[in-house]
Amino acid sequence: MSDNLTSSIDRHSNTDIVQKGLSKRYNAERRFKFYGIAAICASLMFLGVLFISIASNGYGALFQTHILLSVSFDSDILGGEDLKRANYQGVIKNSLLKMFPEVKSRREKKSLYSLVSSGAAFKIRNILIENPDFVGQTMDVWVPADDDTDMLIKGYMKRDVPESERRLNNRQIEWIESLEKEGRVEKKFNLAFFTAGDSREPELAGIWGATCGSFFTMIITLFLSFPIGVASALYLEEFAPKNRWTDIIEVNINNLAAVPSIVFGLLGLAVFLNFFGMPRSAPLVGGLVLTLMTLPTIIIASRAALKSVPPSIREAALGVGASKMQTVIHHVLPLAMPGMLTGTIIGMAQALGETAPLLMIGMVAFIVDIPGGITDPSTVLPVQIFLWADSPERGFLERTSAAIMVLLTFLVLMNALAVMLRKKFEKRW
Amino acid sequence: MKKRLICAAMVVTALTFGGSAMADSARDYISIVGSSTVYPFATVVAEQLGKTTDYKTPKIESTGSGGGFKLFCAGVGVQHPDITNASRRMKSSECKMCGENGVKDIVEVKVGYDGIVIGNSNKVEPMKLTRRDLFLALAKQVPNPDGSDSLVDNPYKTWKDVNPQLPAIKIEVLGPPPTSGTRDAFVELAMEAGAKNFGFIKDMKKADKKKYKAVCHTIREDGAYIEAGENDNLIVQKLDANPDAFGIFGFSFLDQNTDKIQGSFVDGVQPTFEGIADGSYPVSRPLFFYVKKAHADVIPGMKAYLQEFSSEKAWGEDGYLSEKGMIPMPTDERAKFSGDIKAMKTLSCDDL
Repeated sequence: MSDNLTSSIDRHSNTDIVQKGLSKRYNAERRFKFYGIAAICASLMFLGVLFISIASNGYGALFQTHILLSVSFDSDILGGEDLKRANYQGVIKNSLLKMFPEVKSRREKKSLYSLVSSGAAFKIRNILIENPDFVGQTMDVWVPADDDTDMLIKGYMKRDVPESERRLNNRQIEWIESLEKEGRVEKKFNLAFFTAGDSREPELAGIWGATCGSFFTMIITLFLSFPIGVASALYLEEFAPKNRWTDIIEVNINNLAAVPSIVFGLLGLAVFLNFFGMPRSAPLVGGLVLTLMTLPTIIIASRAALKSVPPSIREAALGVGASKMQTVIHHVLPLAMPGMLTGTIIGMAQALGETAPLLMIGMVAFIVDIPGGITDPSTVLPVQIFLWADSPERGFLERTSAAIMVLLTFLVLMNALAVMLRKKFEKRW
Repeated sequence: MKKRLICAAMVVTALTFGGSAMADSARDYISIVGSSTVYPFATVVAEQLGKTTDYKTPKIESTGSGGGFKLFCAGVGVQHPDITNASRRMKSSECKMCGENGVKDIVEVKVGYDGIVIGNSNKVEPMKLTRRDLFLALAKQVPNPDGSDSLVDNPYKTWKDVNPQLPAIKIEVLGPPPTSGTRDAFVELAMEAGAKNFGFIKDMKKADKKKYKAVCHTIREDGAYIEAGENDNLIVQKLDANPDAFGIFGFSFLDQNTDKIQGSFVDGVQPTFEGIADGSYPVSRPLFFYVKKAHADVIPGMKAYLQEFSSEKAWGEDGYLSEKGMIPMPTDERAKFSGDIKAMKTLSCDDL
């Protein structure tokens, strides 16, 4: 009886203790969840701030101020028969002077000419070379404005500060305002940004050269790293005996994945350039160096994908009489392929954003011509961003951000492709 | 099917390796390396050449002056650069290294001048500094403030401590790291010149040259001088945000950002285009490029590039390089160097 009593009291106090502690435990759980959500919110906020600041800086570069000039292709000014080498700068200067006939002194003329980009002459040159019969005629042409004019129109340069504190003087601003009144100034979509190579004039600079360079580099990286990576993963996972040697190889592959990328650049300089004598600044060498960098990522991802194929598949294939190689090629590899592709795409996305190893092999360079092949000198998108960020001209600030937007778009697309492949082909057991 | 895919991949690999061996045999564009200070000017000339002639646009790498000489002097042949830019004169040791590798005939061309600016935000009054002030404010070791001929670790915290005429603002200077040519020129032109104001340091030059260099060229490491990286844009943005800070950068960045920053007076002269051109602003340095004579007739466009660079419309008083912030040479110097280019006058290591 007394035993019963004490045990019931005990039971009572046990539930009491549990009851008392319960709200504390619920609170602890709630706090834990809150920390998790707060962490996610913080990272989303950082990402949001990053995207918004880049987009708001880079948005402006999608548009470029143009000025409408009435250009007269006067054969006297053009001079000579050779249309390729004619004096197009003179034609532009002449049409500016016609618009502002009051400009007489040399100094004033110079500041008037500087409203229009030096690319204007090349623009009308291309028009005339395509249509040689325009000689002697007058026509209206939209030509790109100089980067200072562009900055003023976009509102980065303030008009109300003292003359000494801005790059355009009072007369130049008067001229621009009178052009604006006549409707001869307009912001147009900046097609040059997407079709031109690099330039030292912000209004003429474009990312197409760097995009082509990135493309060639990535092609080399993909064609080398994917077959080599998959083959080594297959051998290590399916065929290799488990002994000390394969252990050493495995440790080394994992180590390679953690090596800073600049080291691969130094290796590329010593081996590919100095020993094999390959050309500097070529996407070929860039691709080789980035292959070294992405290989460990691909091997590790491919091995994980192979490991996730259940042993029953292999045993069933072997059971019906398939050879080891048939088992691997016909059954294991197709099932592991989505995982391998995902790993490859993520490795490639990493390689696309890499600059440090390319510094060593001369791909950080000023290159205007669009590369046409894997041995032409070229640069890549992240390097282009780096070079523009270092330029003194104000116009390059927004172009830097715009180039970052383009690079981010490519990265997002590649990662989305990886997710899509996984969703579509992944099998669960 | 799978086998064929693997075969195709191998063929591509073989082709890429094979292709590289052939690509080496010829180069139809100029390859230029060297100083990041000359880079913004050389690139403009290169772009002009590419646009106005049928030659390809030269490729320009910004490797720094020292790195440029290393690549340039590695040998003669298409795999080596044709021209190197430099923000200082070639050293005789570099010239010897060139000679040992077979690079014997080098043409030296001075292109213009660059000013080094000590600037701050234009929200405050410009400072009137002397090179002596700069040495005392930034050197790691300075003469003992009690007047004796000995060196102590830099005790100065504010500009007023350095020179009573300056305001009582904390010394905070953003500048380039030791790898930069701008830094080399700054310590030489500003700090070393400032140190010469002290007789006993000047005497040290004869007695112990190594120690003299160490005293004049070592910048303090206690936080008053902040290494801001090679990116001058970053320095400009930081100065705009903090009006008490000063920055050391090239004149072209001042020229492009006159709405945000201003140059301090050094020895009574402000860094202006005219002040640097006539030599009255003391912290300015010449810019050079060096040409491999052996390549001049082999690489297409070399003559045209040299001609374009040395034309009046490029490096002249009103040339397009001056619009990018390069300070042109006086007329007679321009004539001398364009003559050197025409004659391809080579340099002797003994002249350096």
